[in-house]
Amino acid sequence: MRLVVRAAEVSGATRLLGVVGAHVDSCLYHGQASIDFVDRLIAGEARVSVPTTLNVGGIDLLHPELFRGDPDLAAHSAELMERYRALGARPTYTCAPYQLPDARPSLGQHVAWGESNAIAFANSVLGARTNRYGDFIDIAAAITGRVPDVGLHRDEARRATFILRLADDVPAPLRDDDSLFGVLGIVLGRRAGSAVAAIDGLPAEQSEDRLKALAAAAASSGAVAMFHVIGSTPEASSVDPDLPVEEVTFAELRSARRELSTGLDRPLSAVSLGTPHASMAQLRRYAELLGGAAVHPEVECLVSTGRDVLAEAEAEGVAGTLRRAGVELLTDTCSYIAPILRPHDGMVMTDSGKWAYYAPGNIGTRVVYATAAECLDSAVAGRVMRHDGAWGAEWSTA
Amino acid sequence: MTRGRAVVLDEPLSLWGGMDPATGVVIDAHHPQRGVSLSGRVVVMPAGRGSSSSASVLAEAVRAGAAPAAFVLGEPDLILAIGAAVAAELYGAAPPIVVDRCLPAAIRDGEDVEVVGATWRLVGSTDGQNG
Repeated sequence: MRLVVRAAEVSGATRLLGVVGAHVDSCLYHGQASIDFVDRLIAGEARVSVPTTLNVGGIDLLHPELFRGDPDLAAHSAELMERYRALGARPTYTCAPYQLPDARPSLGQHVAWGESNAIAFANSVLGARTNRYGDFIDIAAAITGRVPDVGLHRDEARRATFILRLADDVPAPLRDDDSLFGVLGIVLGRRAGSAVAAIDGLPAEQSEDRLKALAAAAASSGAVAMFHVIGSTPEASSVDPDLPVEEVTFAELRSARRELSTGLDRPLSAVSLGTPHASMAQLRRYAELLGGAAVHPEVECLVSTGRDVLAEAEAEGVAGTLRRAGVELLTDTCSYIAPILRPHDGMVMTDSGKWAYYAPGNIGTRVVYATAAECLDSAVAGRVMRHDGAWGAEWSTA
Repeated sequence: MTRGRAVVLDEPLSLWGGMDPATGVVIDAHHPQRGVSLSGRVVVMPAGRGSSSSASVLAEAVRAGAAPAAFVLGEPDLILAIGAAVAAELYGAAPPIVVDRCLPAAIRDGEDVEVVGATWRLVGSTDGQNG
């Protein structure tokens, strides 16, 4: 409670409000401080008071053999994940709690969520209300069931302050291409910082998976906790058409896409898909793109997903199809926060703007950002397969 | 009172994915100040950014003795404030965080800065700045 009150002081709130659920990111091990903190909670006999899901941790508890790092780190990571479960939280260990039907808040509900992509998704795509609850305050909110009544819990902070419009020179096919969304997210994060933008110029009714990619990338390059997409997100109808307009040109998008690819001159070593954790729709799509072909023996192909989605994929048979093709399925963690990938001196292809943004710093790897189709074609061929597609002759000039 | 040499960050930095808590060195490959050590420095930046894990990274850096001496931010940052509050609770020490909405004009990289309560001032200067 002291932490929640401290949060209220910092954010200038004069009252607290109740939340219907929490998503806790503190279960990812960052050092002894992570354990010291949860031990303090356990010593005080704390329990969560609202339904609480857990974010990814530092190890895949279902497939621990995939961990290639220091055994002590593996043990500490697993211990921390277990201790948060012992506080009464549900062991979901996913960064995409919005993909769990019974953990998905609805329009207007207040929650206390951690994990930057989930925060942006909850506010923007679901219309649920959460601020950016970082480590420690997320579990404090889950225990108390209370958060300061401030920021995105209130109507006024949820309105856009500017319109980010795709300029006329952005080709129509690109506006409806999966690979746009990670790149546009990077640009959105840089332009918006922590402000709420309304994106204009995309075809209506974009899929949740595209909006997820947009949210995750925006929350990587900026402190984006909410955005609107005109024609797609539930509160976009509140956007004032007279707001100031900023344009995003095709050149800016191409440049942002180039920056995400730091390994174009390297051979292909691995393919990493599913950041944030893949949905059922994405797993089915990956299986369909592989079309029965097998991953090249020299390429490691990883797909990250949540354990609950994996259980569904096992039941449906998609998980088996992917495994038979040589794909490794990773749960409970992610391949850019834990030592999972085989050592290599090449590069990793990914369809995730967030993965491409963080992996160079986190695990020191070179990256090529591409569509899922390019990633999987490359995984089968054992070398980079380029489709250029909606981006024009981008690869050749990169 | 906390004193340290200012490091003025040209872009907001997420401590998670951005600073190694064991050393305090900037590791974000996209950040213009990659490789610079923030340990023991007064970190001046317009705003925090990105991941909600930054509070843990700050607490761990405090535990490891590699944290910045203080932060001077252009706007309040709940994630860093909570990281500092937890570090104070667990380890009895944490970098003070001052908010100055007039950033970044007033502090230059490498200047010695003192943080007292909610205000900062350049060492040798007698004028307290708005906090």
